[in-house]
Amino acid sequence: MEIKYYIGLAVALFCIGVAGVLTRRNAIIIFMCIELMLNAVNVLLVAFSKMHALSALGKAMPSVVSDGQLFVFFIMVVAAAEVSVGLAIIVMMYRNVHAVDVNFLNRLKN
Amino acid sequence: MMLGGAFIKDRRTPVYLGIGGLLAILAACAVELKTGRPLLVIDVKDMLHANSFNLTFIMVALGCTLLYFLLNGRDFEKVGPHVSEYFALIFFILCGVSIVATFNTLLMLFLGIEIISIPLYILTGSDKRNLKSNEAALKYFLMGSFSTGIMLLGIAFMYGGNVMGTFFINNMNLGSGPMPALIGVGLVLLMVSMSFKVSAAPFHFWTPDVYDGAPTVFTSFMASIVKVASFFAFVRLFESAFGTLQSQWQTLVAVITAATLIIGNLTAVFQQSVKRMLAYSSIAQAGFMLLALFALNDTAKEGLVLYAAAYSLATIGLFAVLVKMKDYTVDGFNGLSKQQPLLALTVTIFLLSLTGIPLTAGFQAKFYMLWAAIQNGHHFWLVILAVLCAAISAYYYFRIIQAMYFRENSETVMNEWDITPSFKYLLLITAVLIIVLGIFPNLVIDWLHY
Repeated sequence: MEIKYYIGLAVALFCIGVAGVLTRRNAIIIFMCIELMLNAVNVLLVAFSKMHALSALGKAMPSVVSDGQLFVFFIMVVAAAEVSVGLAIIVMMYRNVHAVDVNFLNRLKN
Repeated sequence: MMLGGAFIKDRRTPVYLGIGGLLAILAACAVELKTGRPLLVIDVKDMLHANSFNLTFIMVALGCTLLYFLLNGRDFEKVGPHVSEYFALIFFILCGVSIVATFNTLLMLFLGIEIISIPLYILTGSDKRNLKSNEAALKYFLMGSFSTGIMLLGIAFMYGGNVMGTFFINNMNLGSGPMPALIGVGLVLLMVSMSFKVSAAPFHFWTPDVYDGAPTVFTSFMASIVKVASFFAFVRLFESAFGTLQSQWQTLVAVITAATLIIGNLTAVFQQSVKRMLAYSSIAQAGFMLLALFALNDTAKEGLVLYAAAYSLATIGLFAVLVKMKDYTVDGFNGLSKQQPLLALTVTIFLLSLTGIPLTAGFQAKFYMLWAAIQNGHHFWLVILAVLCAAISAYYYFRIIQAMYFRENSETVMNEWDITPSFKYLLLITAVLIIVLGIFPNLVIDWLHY
């Protein structure tokens, strides 16, 4: 398949994530949408890595191909670290206000 | 250090450990800069690359952190009982700062930014019972990971779009012709996400809330060293990877700079709380630092290092005094000069430096930035706008000076028991440093040329 379909898929997933972050009010759902954005990037990186593998450049320099896939692992690791901190913050908030609604976030403005 | 907290009962020990550790790293850094020989050689496959420019910046960051520890070491206890963990997190952040200052591939940029951000989310929320702190942490976390997602998409496009298929910022060979679509999209996405990180308009809206809600001790660190480090990454990325394409994105940067300067300065005028006012002023100062990105020449680089030093020193000093205040509004500063003449004097010097009055480091830093923008030769209106905004900033900075010197207050404005003689002397040293840097800026800049 051509690379443009993969780019289309990844961008579509990413946009769904962005739309979710901007419209939903539940902190956990926003959080899942951010994960969706990161995974869209993973799809894109793997697709690009495959694209480079099929090109003349990738055959000459295998490191070009493996770089992209290594990056995916780093994204996964960092995403896991973010999840643990993020969920801790949400739990901390829940203990204080018994809600995970981000409308609560408007208090600081006053 | 983190695990040490379980065994060390005395709350003072982590402070001394932190200060000692920092001194050791600072000495190692200085030796490497002077002799050109690193103490430890680790093969990083050229993913990190340090020259005198990066090392000087790291030294400035470490020096400011040292001062921050010395000034605020005792205030950590007020936030919560986990003092050694706070220090450990700050050292993680410093690790991220040095990665961000020396990165050579987009992978290291991403990791460095995340190593800075994740401990910061924790520090922001470290006042667990305080609703404002919770709120700030959640907001910072959501905004931070959102912008990370955008940055990653930009990086993926750069990887797919450049003909070399590489993450190394020096090898991308983007040329100076028209950009392919993928590179163009990637560049804009990277610019948006980095603007988020350095709180440039129109992506600044999280800054006041987060700076306001976080415990004041940590706001100080966030607003000074972390901010400056993100700027450094921004400039390094765009200089190395996109330097040849500068004519195509320069107008975009000019617009972002202008918006940041105007929004930061105008909103700061209307703030009542000094902490919130400083948050907006940090947005305004970010506008000035963006001039370095706009100009991208040698003067801009020298100016950026000088700006980093001047801005961090003044911000750390101001926040150190603010932590001890009972009332964070401008009226809270009424009559400070009668009760604490020395502190009022140092606060005045910090504020003058932030405004950019001659004889202070802030003036030299602003001067270098403007001079770099003039040398660049494009968009002269931006320089005029920056000078006008500096004039506006005088209004809200001088309001505090006026409150300190010309208003009376019968109550004590500070927690008197909290102010030790050593704290006063350290503040005085910080103020003297600012004035010395203002008269001899070469003290910092000369390090660049070893």
